[in-house]
Amino acid sequence: MKVRILVSFKDSVLDPQGQTVKNALHTLGYGAVRDVRQGKVFEIDLAGVSRAEAETIVPEISDKVLANPIIEKFVWQIIEE
Amino acid sequence: MKFGIVAFPGSNCDFDTFYAFHDVMNQPTFWLWHKDHSLKDVDCVVLPGGFSYGDYLRSGAIARFSPLMQEVREFAAKGGLVLGICNGFQVLLELGLLPGAMLRNKHLKFLCQFVTIRMENAKTRFTHKGRTGQVLRIPIAHFDGNYFAPPETLEEIEANGQVVFRYTDAEGRLTERANVNGSLHGIAGLTNKNGNVMGMMPHPERAAETLLGSADGRVILESLMSRF
Repeated sequence: MKVRILVSFKDSVLDPQGQTVKNALHTLGYGAVRDVRQGKVFEIDLAGVSRAEAETIVPEISDKVLANPIIEKFVWQIIEE
Repeated sequence: MKFGIVAFPGSNCDFDTFYAFHDVMNQPTFWLWHKDHSLKDVDCVVLPGGFSYGDYLRSGAIARFSPLMQEVREFAAKGGLVLGICNGFQVLLELGLLPGAMLRNKHLKFLCQFVTIRMENAKTRFTHKGRTGQVLRIPIAHFDGNYFAPPETLEEIEANGQVVFRYTDAEGRLTERANVNGSLHGIAGLTNKNGNVMGMMPHPERAAETLLGSADGRVILESLMSRF
């Protein structure tokens, strides 16, 4: 099973990289861009794991390793059964 | 006092830190390898600067899982002295021995320069040879030194006197410009609640001899060496 985990800054945390990308897009004339938040994507291949097990493992590794819960949040989905 | 300098793959201030304690301050100093399971009975563990594990994922995020860091966690819980410098500070944050986290510097630049910091608390194991309000000139060299903590954590560390250093101008004034990396409350260094663990972004080992442009960092080394 393959899962995709998206880690990004919490809304309460400033994202200077996202801000810089937003400014660049504005410079290019994309005035409609209201905000940009930059994050990280992890694609993880899990062997011999059921959907129920993934629901335990994925949040656990996201909290413990992939994201720093003080500044980051994560969402995830199964991309391949 | 016996000092232990931790070396991770990617540490690059480990030799400088070893030199500062061993050669400049003449202290018994030992190497601690990240795969070791023993702290060799040292009295103070120093986590030096660098890019442990390439800073992959987040600065300090992988180093915290190394076998030695589990020992350091227990050592700190028993009141052992731990100093984290730069990347070492980031490792202590990731390990949860210090509160908060590091974000990328506010202007998204790697900063390698002398800064001035004000000693906010001279009653710690790390600063008792100095005085509160003293301004130190010490270099920084980091990409992720923009200190962040949620408002309730900030309130708590300020109330407990855990903030040990703040970025200021040469006169000790807090200014937007002096806060080079954008840290909340200008925080450049802080201790845990018990005062036995300290992290700081500036490099005291790079300011241990006048030949290096400043010997202001010695006050931290001297505080650690002498009776509290």
